[in-house]
Amino acid sequence: MISVGDEIAPRIFWIDRDLLKKYADASGDQNPIHQDEAFAKSVGLPDVIAHGMLTMALAGKFVSDWAGGPAAVKEFSARFVKPVIVPAGRKVDLTVGATVAEVDGANIRLNITATSEGVKVLGMTKALVVKS
Amino acid sequence: MLNPDSVGRTFHSAKSFPVTASEIAAFAAVIGEEDLHVAPPTFSIRISLEQSHDLLSDPQVGLDWSRVVHGDQKFEIYRPIVAGDVLACSSTIENYKVLAGNEVVTVRSDLRTGDQLAVSTWSTLVVRA
Repeated sequence: MISVGDEIAPRIFWIDRDLLKKYADASGDQNPIHQDEAFAKSVGLPDVIAHGMLTMALAGKFVSDWAGGPAAVKEFSARFVKPVIVPAGRKVDLTVGATVAEVDGANIRLNITATSEGVKVLGMTKALVVKS
Repeated sequence: MLNPDSVGRTFHSAKSFPVTASEIAAFAAVIGEEDLHVAPPTFSIRISLEQSHDLLSDPQVGLDWSRVVHGDQKFEIYRPIVAGDVLACSSTIENYKVLAGNEVVTVRSDLRTGDQLAVSTWSTLVVRA
């Protein structure tokens, strides 16, 4: 029985430069701020940053795993509040969790949280799933 | 600055976007998804963000894409995208405002197979002052 307020156990996804390259190729987003450290710094960023849409895709994986697969996700929204900073030679965490916000039969709304190195990176992150 | 006359206009992509199993597999592999029957929920960004880039960078619209950062993203998925879909994309500039010198633009993209709407997605993009 799923109830409003239930917490879904958080999970850590690890992000490194290799994953950014893979996401760039899979998504078509080859913006150099996600791959080229010198370029990222030249535009005022602290280092290479992850694609916001990669963090959202990983949060989506967390949601779809809980709901029963990628076909279960009907609505999904997020705000990109801070970048995930990915230094060379390191893996940084993306820690995703969620709380049940609404239950209407199999239709469940979730409020999702996502942090990296303790910093909130996604805000206003919500999903509607049909849980199987 | 964005040409205010472009707000509310809808742009229909001239090309269509065939979805292949290998594109879905590559996207799924990044996030560790093993269920390849349908595309992951955010897969359609592959198509919609390129469309948004093309329409907003058009000289008639006039947005400076080089200073764009992604603010918000929303998906409504009426039916999941699957391999073999041939998607048409139409994009509408739904909202535009200037906040503290930053331009904030929301583009809605509708992805259809034939007459069927599969996904609507909204990208809010911020052009840093």
